[in-house]
Amino acid sequence: MKTKGFNWQILIGFLLSLFAFASVPMVFSQWSVSTDYRSLGVVLFVIAAIFFVIGLRRAFSAERGKFSKISASILTLLSCVVFGLFVYLAFFMATALPKSAGVPQVGQKAHDFTLTDTNGKQVSLSETLSKQKGVLLVFYRGYW
Amino acid sequence: MRGIQQNIDKFTAAGVAPIAISVDPPETSRDLVDRYKFTFPILSDPTLETIRRYDLVHENAVEEGVSVARPGEFLIDSTGTIRWLNLTENYWVRANPDEIIEKTKSLP
Repeated sequence: MKTKGFNWQILIGFLLSLFAFASVPMVFSQWSVSTDYRSLGVVLFVIAAIFFVIGLRRAFSAERGKFSKISASILTLLSCVVFGLFVYLAFFMATALPKSAGVPQVGQKAHDFTLTDTNGKQVSLSETLSKQKGVLLVFYRGYW
Repeated sequence: MRGIQQNIDKFTAAGVAPIAISVDPPETSRDLVDRYKFTFPILSDPTLETIRRYDLVHENAVEEGVSVARPGEFLIDSTGTIRWLNLTENYWVRANPDEIIEKTKSLP
């Protein structure tokens, strides 16, 4: 393996891990390719890890100096922190949801409501249902 | 919700009207409508009254004192009966629009 020159594998690995972390809000706000917002991030982190393995082997080869080894180690460590934060947000924080034991179940009647839409118009479930075969009711966390 | 908007023709063909609800005031939701061109109603439930009746309140979700709705999707038939529902256990994972469209075919 060629070991002289700039260790671009480490840099690419580092940038990829930052990009992977940023991909969730990006996927969320721009594309609708996925119904699992974690998937692109996980794929990118795996690719980043491959670059880190190659880059670290290169940095720790005998002919490379201390600077190369230290900087490669720092970038690897930073990426591990970013990955850890991603795992925490995606797999722990995002699952911290209430029990919702009282959610109406299949076969039960949906509670009627009348709420205001973005044009200031009142929309009610029962009135909409009277004109349709069905309603798809979507609750979401909001824009913030 | 963008997945639903992208498939809006299929929902319309199935006779199903999407309705979305969050705690956001109408002005905030209007930004969302402007940005993503939603053609179905986005309703505001700032007092959490409806969200609470569906037991979907995620208390202090954003910060202390700021509660929101946890994500959930319900397919309701014309008699008001729930035919299908999806309650995600991870709010980074949502229902697949194709799956919902498949379910709309069983509506009477």
